[in-house]
Amino acid sequence: MSFQPVILWTDALIWLLVLICGGFAWHIARTPALRASWRKVLARPMGMSSLAVLGVFVLVGLADSLHYRERLDNGQLDVEVKSLLDRALVPFTARNERTYSAPLATHAQSRETVQRPDGSTVRETPRLQFGGAHLADPQQDWLGDVMARTLKGLALGLAASLLFAVLLAVPLKRLWRCGFAAALVRLWRPQEGDIAWKSLLLTVSMLLLTCGAVASLAGGYHVFGTDKVGQDVLYQSLKSIRTGLVIGTLTTLVTLPAAIGLGLLAGYFRGWVDDFIQYVYTTLNSIPWVLLVAAAVLIVQVFIEQNEASFSSVAERADVRLLALCVIIGLTGWTGLARLLRAETLKLRELDYVTAARAFGVSGPRILARHILPNVQHLILITVVMDFSGLVLAEAILSYVGVGVDPVMNSWGNMINAARMELAREPIVWWPLLAAFSFMFALVLAANLFADVVQDAFDPRTAARGGKA
Amino acid sequence: MSLLEVENLGVRIGAVVPVDGVSFSIGAGETFALLGESGSGKSMTALALLRLLPAGGRIGGGEIRFDGQLLGELPESKMRSLRGRGMAMIFQEPQTSLNPVMTIGEQIAEALPGGLSREEQRNAVVRLLGEVGIADPAARLHSYPFELSGGQKQRVMIAQALAGEPRLLIADEPTTALDVTLQAQILQLIKRLARERGMGLLLITHDLGVARHMADRVGIMYAGQLIEQLPVDAEAGLARAFHPYTRKLMAAVPGLERAGQRLAAIPGRVPPLDRAFAGCRFAERCPHAFGPCTSAAPGWSGLAEGHQVRCHLAEHPAAVRGDESAQPLEMPRPGQVPVLEVRDLAVSFTQRTGQLFGKKQIHAVDGISFELRMGETLALVGESGCGKTTAAKAILGLTPISGGRVELDGQQVAGLSERRFKPYRRLAQIVFQDPYSSLNPRMRVGDILQEGMAALGVGEAHTRGQSVAALLEKVGLDPDAVTRYPHEFSGGQRQRIAIARALAVRPKLLICDEPTSALDVSVQAQILNLLADLQREEGLAMLFITHNLAAVGYLAHRVAVMQAGKIVELGATRDILAHPQHPYTQSLLASVV
Repeated sequence: MSFQPVILWTDALIWLLVLICGGFAWHIARTPALRASWRKVLARPMGMSSLAVLGVFVLVGLADSLHYRERLDNGQLDVEVKSLLDRALVPFTARNERTYSAPLATHAQSRETVQRPDGSTVRETPRLQFGGAHLADPQQDWLGDVMARTLKGLALGLAASLLFAVLLAVPLKRLWRCGFAAALVRLWRPQEGDIAWKSLLLTVSMLLLTCGAVASLAGGYHVFGTDKVGQDVLYQSLKSIRTGLVIGTLTTLVTLPAAIGLGLLAGYFRGWVDDFIQYVYTTLNSIPWVLLVAAAVLIVQVFIEQNEASFSSVAERADVRLLALCVIIGLTGWTGLARLLRAETLKLRELDYVTAARAFGVSGPRILARHILPNVQHLILITVVMDFSGLVLAEAILSYVGVGVDPVMNSWGNMINAARMELAREPIVWWPLLAAFSFMFALVLAANLFADVVQDAFDPRTAARGGKA
Repeated sequence: MSLLEVENLGVRIGAVVPVDGVSFSIGAGETFALLGESGSGKSMTALALLRLLPAGGRIGGGEIRFDGQLLGELPESKMRSLRGRGMAMIFQEPQTSLNPVMTIGEQIAEALPGGLSREEQRNAVVRLLGEVGIADPAARLHSYPFELSGGQKQRVMIAQALAGEPRLLIADEPTTALDVTLQAQILQLIKRLARERGMGLLLITHDLGVARHMADRVGIMYAGQLIEQLPVDAEAGLARAFHPYTRKLMAAVPGLERAGQRLAAIPGRVPPLDRAFAGCRFAERCPHAFGPCTSAAPGWSGLAEGHQVRCHLAEHPAAVRGDESAQPLEMPRPGQVPVLEVRDLAVSFTQRTGQLFGKKQIHAVDGISFELRMGETLALVGESGCGKTTAAKAILGLTPISGGRVELDGQQVAGLSERRFKPYRRLAQIVFQDPYSSLNPRMRVGDILQEGMAALGVGEAHTRGQSVAALLEKVGLDPDAVTRYPHEFSGGQRQRIAIARALAVRPKLLICDEPTSALDVSVQAQILNLLADLQREEGLAMLFITHNLAAVGYLAHRVAVMQAGKIVELGATRDILAHPQHPYTQSLLASVV
């Protein structure tokens, strides 16, 4: 079966970001000071654990960013754009129910009128087409089957964890110049100066155990239930990861240049430059944010609808809207960071080391690059990560108002938006909300914890305090 | 019985023991000074008395007895009523110790004992303000802290401390943040009030002069321990001090009587306090250390009535190696070539006034003139706000000027654009007061030292590494400092880095803006010695900006006294210190303690 790769706009930008990160990593490896700081990050258990969790999210997101279209038997291209993740999750997509069903359920959520073979009609909750369909007598077998599958999954997860430890020990054996067994022991009991291998092992094991159990259960059930049209909620949550990551990272790409550039210029040069930049962001800030975003999104939407013909698939159209959303949020969201950086720069420019540099005749741009920018780095880093969680949440708010991502696109925001109606149903439908919440929570928490550790490692002042205490 | 008795007090913060086995007592009406450099544990001791230790700190042992009452056993509610009523504290920083949104009347009334009517409160506050020397106290009641000067704020703080009628007053560096003339007034005030009210006074200070001037008895602290206690003699002052550290400390203070001598510097630095000590804490820096000093901790030895010392030498006087007499300091002879000529230099700022569009001119520097020759040191002396730092920045072209000429090496540079000034930048460099804000924390020392060379194109790019190594050696730092960051260095070492940075472009004029006022006495001596050596070796002209007249006599050839933007007196150091002509110079000299 042949296929044709499809590169969506956001795909291109995401892979560009990966390239930038790769280049940055190469730069770190070549700079001893940076390498030492990142070593400090990895030496902290919290840093290693949150990085492992983030890594899983990023992997899922990247797998969902390789898109293609299948060539059908008749030689035509399939209209549907799929991603590598879709391919891996085929079992989910192929097993839709008719409507709501609770997590791990064997019967539908609500009663339906069912016609018996003998011609009589009764109202009952019908068996699901896929969830627990393999059970002869759900009443009796359900608990045992769920337990068995969970245990099997956990066992698989454990085996995978052990395999992971072994795979980790093989290259490290060479690095540490010791035996294989010694390497395994050292993974568990790190020596002075080692990074937090134990935390990595533990976190990855936990993730593998969870994944094992979930995957094993998913073979026969809908682990997080199904939504209104019978789609698997776990599948939706996994697909939403990419949307969250795109909004969280690409928006920052738009925000940062404006915020850093304008903030530093205003703070350092003062005078009319400062007046002008302040005027711009005060004006921008005085317009209600949601209104501004809504107006911009509606304009983009009109534009998309008028040029419907230029999009070859639904996915492409949804993608352009996602990108537009990132740009719009970015262009309206730089003011906070710019203001913060302006204030900090105002303070820093009066410090003696800046005066000393001026006494050497160092030029303005160079002072900004060497003396001011490195000293506001931690502010940028914190703001970026705080904004990351804020942006994931903003997506939910905007989807709620109806100006967020395209309704056909999977996103936690859209899931939460749907929960509005679901929470009012009787019996209550709580699982899509719970699923969206859990995934968002895990991502945002891991990002925040990671930012904390990075902040500690990179701020020389905290490093000095840590050294003394 | 004594008012306060401290027995074997210890304080712990995590693994660090900032105070270890400190014992002293203060009687009613007596003034006891705890003298020590930063990190010696003197402020921690005071905070422990009030049970106000910072987060993570706890009292690790010992007894504090106030008026016969054991403080360790008091519940917090009793302790709270003891603070203010029994013991009160005056803090160092008047700017941050008063609440900016409360009137001073309210803040003092807060500290008054309860149960007073409004009228009584008002009268009590007015009386207190009068007592601490605030003019027209009734009118000042409703002033906010920003309407007061630094000295007035310190007086208000004293009034606040007195409001609870305490029997023990703890003053933590009460005058360090103030100008010299104010310092003398405030110290007088505290001393008078303590005597009038029969209060015990615990004075915490790093300044030998202040301790000697104020205290009945002095305790010297080093590395968390009290190492010597002695009464202050009316004539000899502290001259009978025995401990090698105390003696070194006294020899390290610059002063006119030491002109032409090298200051005694104490090598090394205070040991870290997170480990146990086998011997004497001062042993590795002590010139007289012998056998038992590194193996056994010295106990107290009594030398005279009230004079005790913690030193093995007290029992083995034979081990004292002949008192190293002061080495002479060669003062460089000034050359004939003028490096800097300043004529009628003026700098003024525009300040907005309360009215709309209202502006007024502030003349920060108001027409000063002087010249400076090769190898010569001119001290620019004045109190804060007199315009001395602004003048320095104007000379370096870092602040726009409103009039006058500045000639660097014969070239008129005042008012030049940034681009046209650049060729002359390497002629003059500056060393700042605060070694913590003068080095970029994100740059390595090597990069810091190379920045100026690269910007001004001094030397070939590939030889700069060698120049940096040579510079580090010249200022007495290890060559491996190149790859380290500023936070890894102590204050004194950072100041050496700052000096090396200035020297990197081989300037002819070095402006030192209070280069030692943020440093401890023993470190100050190291830096002043270094500057004197460098000047002799390089033939530098130095403009030494300071508020400290004592440092002047030691270093400078000539002195310019500055007041409110003008130079009021200029002349040879000896003449000015011996026969000051201007009343302002006279008052400055009179207030040196």
